Amino acid sequence: MREFHLKTPIKDEDLADIRIGDIVYLDGIIVTCRDVAHRRVVEEKRKLPVNVKGKAILHAGPIVRQKDDGSYEMVAVGPTTSSRMEKFEEQFVKETGVKLIVGKGGMGPGTERACKNYKALHLVYPAGNAVYAATKVQRIIDAQWKDLGMPETLWVNQVKDFGPLIVSIDTNGDNLFEKNKVEFNRRKEEKIKEISKQVSFIK
Amino acid sequence: MSVATYEYETKTLSPKAIRLRDMLVSYMKIVSRRLPDDVNKKLVELSKIEVDPLQELVYSTMKENQMLAEKLKRPSCQDTGVVQFFVKVGSNFPLLGELHDILTDAVVEVTKEAPLRHNAVQTFDEFNTGLNIGKGVPNIITEIDGNSDKLDMYVYLAGGGCSLPGIAKVLMPGEGYEGIVRFVMDQMTSYGINACPPLLVGIGVANSVEMAAMNSKLALMRRVDSVSPNANAAKMERLFEDGINYIGLGPQGLGGKKSVMGVNIVNTARHPSTIGVGLSVGCWSHRRGRIVLDGDLNYELPLNKGVEI
Ligand code: SF4
Repeated sequence: MREFHLKTPIKDEDLADIRIGDIVYLDGIIVTCRDVAHRRVVEEKRKLPVNVKGKAILHAGPIVRQKDDGSYEMVAVGPTTSSRMEKFEEQFVKETGVKLIVGKGGMGPGTERACKNYKALHLVYPAGNAVYAATKVQRIIDAQWKDLGMPETLWVNQVKDFGPLIVSIDTNGDNLFEKNKVEFNRRKEEKIKEISKQVSFIK
Repeated sequence: MSVATYEYETKTLSPKAIRLRDMLVSYMKIVSRRLPDDVNKKLVELSKIEVDPLQELVYSTMKENQMLAEKLKRPSCQDTGVVQFFVKVGSNFPLLGELHDILTDAVVEVTKEAPLRHNAVQTFDEFNTGLNIGKGVPNIITEIDGNSDKLDMYVYLAGGGCSLPGIAKVLMPGEGYEGIVRFVMDQMTSYGINACPPLLVGIGVANSVEMAAMNSKLALMRRVDSVSPNANAAKMERLFEDGINYIGLGPQGLGGKKSVMGVNIVNTARHPSTIGVGLSVGCWSHRRGRIVLDGDLNYELPLNKGVEI
């Protein structure tokens, strides 16, 4: 477990040495972007109204408060399940040039290919820690696609030391969660056999 | 783009009902940022076991987050869920007739004040009401408990990530309790991993699918360290706890020594030809509250020692 500090805009070479299981802290721009926004870009071929090239997206639906002067305040923000975006992510990375995809849980083969071919990372922020993350947001500098409602709006955040972000897919396409899953499933089968022997309550 | 809206007229409540609503609003604000005592205690225990650097980092982030949430008075997780109420109420509780309106109004109010995330999407019309209420939401499940004047109620903020692993099925008796084992274990490695472990696992056993599912949700209302009063069910809880821990999901599914905070089983009788089994999952941020009230609205909060509303 090594620690890296990244700053947007991120270049390919910034990510070259980072491997699954490493920790990243981010300075710069991260944009919340989830289900419908992915669908719009990939299926409806609409252009993302925020330029995320060299920047980060966050699979998240935050709680945002609008202040009296009309500006926004990040109250709580944390990731949502990334695998819901798996279907779209390869194409999304290709279209947008985004460098960091931050979410929760693992992603699949499409994202592995995207990370390898377009030099990007998938990382997880430990979910449920939404106030901690919100305190790393210095300011919300823009909000687009507000018609989608609070959770789905593209909130453009200026962040400092945003993390810990744990690398789940690296630029080799290696996948931490997929590796873990093999072991999890092996242990599971072992236990299913063991427990099943002890629950013959119907005699 | 046309945006549909949801009309909600603030309910006219009696003065006593307003008092109860306001009490619930302040309690739900606390529930949204402070975990119940049983969960806190368990998380401290687990953090002493998960001492590898990555796991330790996750646990220390969790601890810091809960402190910040309390200090800044904000919901600790951004997904404040769909609000569910599990109510046990005597027929002489003075506000029984107004209870539904009180709970609905309390949700609208706490959504503004906490603030909670807007999580009620009208199905088929597919728009977010922006109020956290909608058709059938909040979920209010009521059981009449004789003719006492008491109200005993759980409030649960059911997040999306931890609702996702929910599943229920009717097994044939030939599959036996062994069938339940695979049913539960398979769901842990496929969906449980994304539900923010360490998990509280609720298992329901009954005659049919909706009863099993409801039992599994009620199992999440039990304390994490509670034990089923039925000896065989208690044995199965223990076997599952050891078994799922052995999988080693660790915090956030990143791998580790433990996977669960606890496993609770709630069972009711079955039909000779069926074994209904349900599974519900709570995440580490298990925001479940309980309030017990008498007819004069004197209250107790059994899960939050030292908390006043
Ligand atoms: S599963 Fe729980 S802790 Fe994780 S994001 Fe959802 S509500 Fe928050």
